[in-house]
Amino acid sequence: MRFEGTEGYVATEDLKVAVNAAIKLERPLLVKGEPGTGKTMLAIEAAKALGAPLIEWHIKSTTKATQGLYEYDAVMRLRDSQLGDARAADISNYIKRGKLWDAFESPTRPLLLIDEIDKADIEFPNDLLQELDRMEFYVYELNKTIKAAQRPIIMITSNNEKELPDAFLRRCFFHYISFPEEETMRAIIEAHFPGVKTRLVNEALTVFYNIRKAPGLKKKPSTSELLDWLKLLMTDDIDPETLRADPNKLIPPLHGALLKNEADVQLFERLAFLARRELPR
Amino acid sequence: MFQRFFTELRAARVPVSLKEYLMLIEALEKDAIPSNVTDFYYLSRAALVKDERHLDKFDRVFGHVFKGIENTGEAIEADIPEEWLKALTERFLSEEEKAKIEALGGWEKLMETLKERLEEQKARHEGGNKWIGTGGTSPFGHSGYNPEGIRIGGKGRHGRAVKVWDKREYKNLDDSVELGVRNIKVALRRLRKFARAGAPDELDLDGTIAKSAREGYLDIVLRPERRNAVKVLLLLDVGGSMDSHIELCQELFSAARTEFKHLEFFYFHNCLYESVWKDNRRRSNERTMTWDIMHKYPGDYRVVFVGDATMSPYEITHAGGSVDHWNEEAGALWLQRMTHVYERMVWLNPTSEAHWEGTPSIGVIQKIIGPQRMFPLTIAGLDGAMRELSR
Repeated sequence: MRFEGTEGYVATEDLKVAVNAAIKLERPLLVKGEPGTGKTMLAIEAAKALGAPLIEWHIKSTTKATQGLYEYDAVMRLRDSQLGDARAADISNYIKRGKLWDAFESPTRPLLLIDEIDKADIEFPNDLLQELDRMEFYVYELNKTIKAAQRPIIMITSNNEKELPDAFLRRCFFHYISFPEEETMRAIIEAHFPGVKTRLVNEALTVFYNIRKAPGLKKKPSTSELLDWLKLLMTDDIDPETLRADPNKLIPPLHGALLKNEADVQLFERLAFLARRELPR
Repeated sequence: MFQRFFTELRAARVPVSLKEYLMLIEALEKDAIPSNVTDFYYLSRAALVKDERHLDKFDRVFGHVFKGIENTGEAIEADIPEEWLKALTERFLSEEEKAKIEALGGWEKLMETLKERLEEQKARHEGGNKWIGTGGTSPFGHSGYNPEGIRIGGKGRHGRAVKVWDKREYKNLDDSVELGVRNIKVALRRLRKFARAGAPDELDLDGTIAKSAREGYLDIVLRPERRNAVKVLLLLDVGGSMDSHIELCQELFSAARTEFKHLEFFYFHNCLYESVWKDNRRRSNERTMTWDIMHKYPGDYRVVFVGDATMSPYEITHAGGSVDHWNEEAGALWLQRMTHVYERMVWLNPTSEAHWEGTPSIGVIQKIIGPQRMFPLTIAGLDGAMRELSR
C-alpha cells in the first residue's frame, strides 16, 4: 500500500512520505494546517487511492471518546422490557457500535478519519490512547474484547483549537500542511479545473497572493477559497483583463468568495485605495 | 549519528522522547523510506516533531547535524533563463562591451561556456554556494563584464539548489515569535475556571434521576449553566514608547475581550499612578481613581498589566516623577498597593526579553511586583503568565 497522490489531490513530497510512513508503521497520522488546506480531503482522497473503505468520525464539542467505541441504550431496553418485548432479554440488541468498532471489524483494511479532534473535550485524546495503541477495547456489557483484525489506517485532523496531550502526540506521526507555493498551487488548480485558461489563472493567482500578503487580515483566504473563487470566475466568464490591477477598480470582482469578514473587506478596500494613490497618474 | 541528532534536538528544546526516536528507527528498519536525504528529512520530521511550533528548531538542528552529507544523488539543476540574461545585458552593457561578447563568439557560445562552467562548478563544491562564480576573471559573475556587477543567481537557481530544511519555511510558526488573536485565545484558555452560578435553567439529568429514584416520582432538577467565572482586570499602557507595540496590544485585547465574561480594562501611561482612564480620547476629564478600582474590584480579580515598563526609573520611584502631571505619590507606592490587594497579578511586557537586563526601569518594576511575575508578550510568555494567574 503506497499513497502517491491522486488526480484530484496534489500531494507534496513530504506529505507522501508522512502518509506512507504512517501506513507502514500502522500508527495514526496527525494532520494540522491552516483551515482550507485540504486536511479532510487528504483522508478522503487517500482512501480512494488506496482502495480502502473510508470511515469518517466527525468530532463535535459534545463527542465523548466512548461514543467511538460503543453505546449502550439503556432507556430503549427499559422501554422494551416494560412493553414485554422479547428483544430486551438480549443485551447485545442495545449495544450500538461506534466508528472505531466498525473500523476494527472491517473485512478490508479501512481508513478511519477522526476529523477535527481538537473540537472535543481536552480529555478526549487521552481516553483513546489505549484503543489507538493496542487497537482493541473491552465491552463490559457483552464481556468480550473487540480486537482489530488488521490495524486500520488512522488519520486525525486538528485545527489547533486545543493543545493535544503529549502522550497522545507521541503515538502519532505528524504532518503540518503548509500553505502551497505558487507552483504547487498551479498543480492543484489544474487538478481541479483541467484545461483552465492559463491567463485567468495567472491573473487570479497574482490577486490571490496579493490579498494574502495584505497585513492584518483576520482570515487569510486559503486554497479552498481560491478554488471557489476560480469556479465563480469561470462560471461568470470574467475576462482576465479585469483582474489586472486596475487603478479604477478597488477590489477584485466576486471578492465575497475570498474575504469572509466585513472588516477584511474594508481593510482591503483601504489598502487598495492607498495603492491607487501611489500609482502614477 | 542519529543519537547525536537526538540529543541535539533535545538540547534545542524540541520535545522528543525515546518513544519517538524508536519510532523513527523502526521506520528506517522497515525500510519505509528510500535512501534519499530529503525523504529521510521528511520522515524524521513526521516522526519526531509533533507541533508546528517546533518545526523551525527542527530544521535548524537537522541542517546542523547532517551538514556535509547532503546531496547524495540529487542533481543540482541551474536553469538560468536565457531571456533573463539577455535582458540584463541589454540594460547594463555598453555598446563596447556588447562588441566584446560578439568577439567571444556571440550569445550561443557564451551560453555554452556558461553551461560548461556550471558543470565544473558542480563538481568542485557539491551544492555549496548559491551563486555561480562570484570571482573576478570569469565572465559569469558579479565582477565579470559589468562595472555595476551583474550577478547570476537568485532568480535562476531557486528551489532545489537550496536544501529544503535550509529554507526554514516554518520560521514564523515558532512559538516565541508569532502571536495572533487566535493563538492568544488558545493561551488565554488556560485561565478558564468553570463554575455554575446564576439562575437554574438547565436540566440536570443525573440529579433528576437520583432525585426521582429517591422520591419515587418524577422530580425534575434544574441547575445553573456552566460559565467561565474568571474575573480579569486588564491595565494597558498607552502612548509614548508603547506606540510600536500597539498592534500586539490590540490583538491581545480583542482576544481577551471575547474570552472572558468578566473583563474590566483601564489605561495608564508608563506607570500606574493615582488615576486611570477608560476612553483614550477623553483621558483628561474622565478618569477613575485607582483607589476606587481597588475598592470596587475585589481581590479575586486577576490583574494583568500590559506595558513595556520602559521609562526613566524616577517615573516609578519618585513623587512628581510622572511625565504627564504632578503625582503626589510615587508610582512604586501605587504598584505596591495593587500587589497587596490582588494576589494574582502578572505584567506582560511586549519588549523582547533580551532587552530587559539593559533597561533599569524594568528591573525596578520587577522588584516591586516580584521578578517571577513579568512575562514577555509571546505565546510562551502568555502561557506562563496564565499559569501563574491560575495557580
